[in-house]
Amino acid sequence: MKQKHKHNLRKIALLSALLVASGWAISGDLVINTDASDPAPKAAFDALVKGFEKANPDVHVKVNTFDHEGYKTSIRNFLTAEAPDLANWYAGNRMAPFVNAGLFEDVSDVWAKEGLNESLKSAAASMTINGKKWGIPYTYYQWGVYYRKDIFAKLKIAEPKTWDDLIKACATLKANKVTPFAIGTKATWTTGGWFDYLDMRVNGYEFHMDLTSGKVPYTDARVQAVFDKWDQLTKPNYYLANHASYQWQEALPAFVKGDAAMYLMGNFAVAPMKEAGLKEDQLGFMQFPEITKGLPKAEDAPTDTLHIPAKAKNKVDAKRFLAYMAKPEVQTEMNGILGQLPVNKNATRPEDTYLKAGFNMLSNAYALGQFYDRDAPAEMAKAGMDGFQQYMLKPADRKAILERLEQVRQRVYK
Amino acid sequence: MNRLESFADHAPTHPVPATTWWSRHQMRLVPWLFLSPALAMFLLYVIAPIFQSIAISFYDWDGLGAAKYIGLDNYRELLHDPDFFTALKNNVIWFFGFLLALPLGLGLALALNQQMFGIRLAKSLFFFPFVISQVVIGLVFSWFYDPSNGLLLHVLGWLGMDPVAVLSDENLVTYGIVVAGLYPQTAYCMILYLTGLNNLRPDLIEAARLEGAKGWTMLYHIVLPQLRPATFIAVVVTIIGSLRSFDMISIMTQGGPYGQSRVLAYYMYEQALSEYGYRMGYGTAIATVLFLLMLVYIVYVLFRVYQQEKESD
Repeated sequence: MKQKHKHNLRKIALLSALLVASGWAISGDLVINTDASDPAPKAAFDALVKGFEKANPDVHVKVNTFDHEGYKTSIRNFLTAEAPDLANWYAGNRMAPFVNAGLFEDVSDVWAKEGLNESLKSAAASMTINGKKWGIPYTYYQWGVYYRKDIFAKLKIAEPKTWDDLIKACATLKANKVTPFAIGTKATWTTGGWFDYLDMRVNGYEFHMDLTSGKVPYTDARVQAVFDKWDQLTKPNYYLANHASYQWQEALPAFVKGDAAMYLMGNFAVAPMKEAGLKEDQLGFMQFPEITKGLPKAEDAPTDTLHIPAKAKNKVDAKRFLAYMAKPEVQTEMNGILGQLPVNKNATRPEDTYLKAGFNMLSNAYALGQFYDRDAPAEMAKAGMDGFQQYMLKPADRKAILERLEQVRQRVYK
Repeated sequence: MNRLESFADHAPTHPVPATTWWSRHQMRLVPWLFLSPALAMFLLYVIAPIFQSIAISFYDWDGLGAAKYIGLDNYRELLHDPDFFTALKNNVIWFFGFLLALPLGLGLALALNQQMFGIRLAKSLFFFPFVISQVVIGLVFSWFYDPSNGLLLHVLGWLGMDPVAVLSDENLVTYGIVVAGLYPQTAYCMILYLTGLNNLRPDLIEAARLEGAKGWTMLYHIVLPQLRPATFIAVVVTIIGSLRSFDMISIMTQGGPYGQSRVLAYYMYEQALSEYGYRMGYGTAIATVLFLLMLVYIVYVLFRVYQQEKESD
């Protein structure tokens, strides 16, 4: 009995020794955790990895793909426990919890060595926290108003350039039984896009950044001014009815069928719109109209990024990988597959109509916001977007909502 | 020889008393030894985390960085948090709404408790909702409620009523989800009652019939008392089901519109673990409150079980 026990113990010891040994074996490889599980992102990542392995035959890359939702929670576990060598995440305040907890590696040296401060300039600010760079951006996409050219032509509406034009266009559409704006707010983040644009057009980029970083109360008169404009859309019911029952995809049929004529969205909405049968002569793209005259126009362009966890085992190769990924030709290829925009300004311009429009808009943009839920810290973003949804359903509750948001702000940013 | 024999006479007639500590305590120790692996697991994975999470609720912690001790601040904040009270109120709605599964299940069971051709098939069809995953039921019901093309819209249309967007109406949303939750729960209660009905004593029914009992009197005085064990199980299962309601909410509304359909379990998840949740301390404070509420109920159930066992002894 005792003999057997000893034997078992020895077995266990051997097994754990083996495990340790295999753990060591990994350190020659490069492990990447990513949530690129949709077809296009997955193909883009595959191409990226293949290209890197070809250029660096001594490194073997292993990719662990997670599903989107699962990734958001599992990243906290693997960063603290079994960290990969690279992990993808998002720019702006979204990476702040990990940076502040010391879980991401400072990669300012890669930026300096590869001249990225120049070539990735448009995203530099959103990658910087405490004066250091914490990752490399590889793609972004524009936000803007997608609209039905054919409906606009039929009702003789010109592309709105100013707020008054837009309100007039909405009134004409509504009078002809077309809902001006499609939106689905079941997942509340879509409301963040509206708040971002209204605030950036009414008060400008600097104010918006001050607000999302907690320096301005939500009860401020300038925030009220944003909601005054928003009232002009919510009070006459210019948004799709029952929008809180739909995801953004579920609001698409109304747009495709022509029941709604405009959709403020990210460029990722173009693919499903085209798949649903919209042709390029039906689907137009425009920049969000001017509200405060003469205010420089900033845009939302959420950026996806790759980071080195502080506990990564193979940081040397991870930095090589980041440097490779920042190259213009690599970003051109990746974004060709993704259907998005390369961050590197030396990358080749995309051919696609909407991407080209987005590229031109973003390269002339005054500044780039990351989107409300990436610019504001998580807790504020959650409360904010819930509040915006409530406002869109019940515009009369505005005062109570803003007071509640102010309460949350005081707690979050103390 | 003789001397030896007489010595043997003095020897005790009963077996030699055990001398080692082990053999003296063997009878009492062995059950614990057999229990110990399970107990160790239970301590490690159930009991310890309870205390751990209660401990975390006294901290301000994002789950990543350093935790800061803040005493009872999380609980103080709960007292002034309208979202918390919305969730608590919804828990109460779930609690009472879910209990409807009992009369509904009993009614179905009585209706199906017949001797006729094909009744087995009917029974299994009625049990079907319980077999389907909760996620699927949630999805089906959100299509049912869909305000642009759902079945409910058409039914209301035939009745000449205005369409209702159940899942985006703050006053209706929780009831809408409870109805979806009742669908499988009723089936479950029905099965419990059907097995109970199988074990009714025919002689009692016969005697009651001779005494002239029928209809409600029969049900209330003769059938229901015999179904007490089934009712007890159904109540326990239903109440636990209502307290852990999470999946339906997550599938159908994600707590929306603007958090009006959250229950405590979902609110805790949102604060501590979801995409925007980095407040472990606050989340565990909610969990602790939920735990205390459940504790009251669990103690009551254990007490009942204990009493019953004492009676049957």
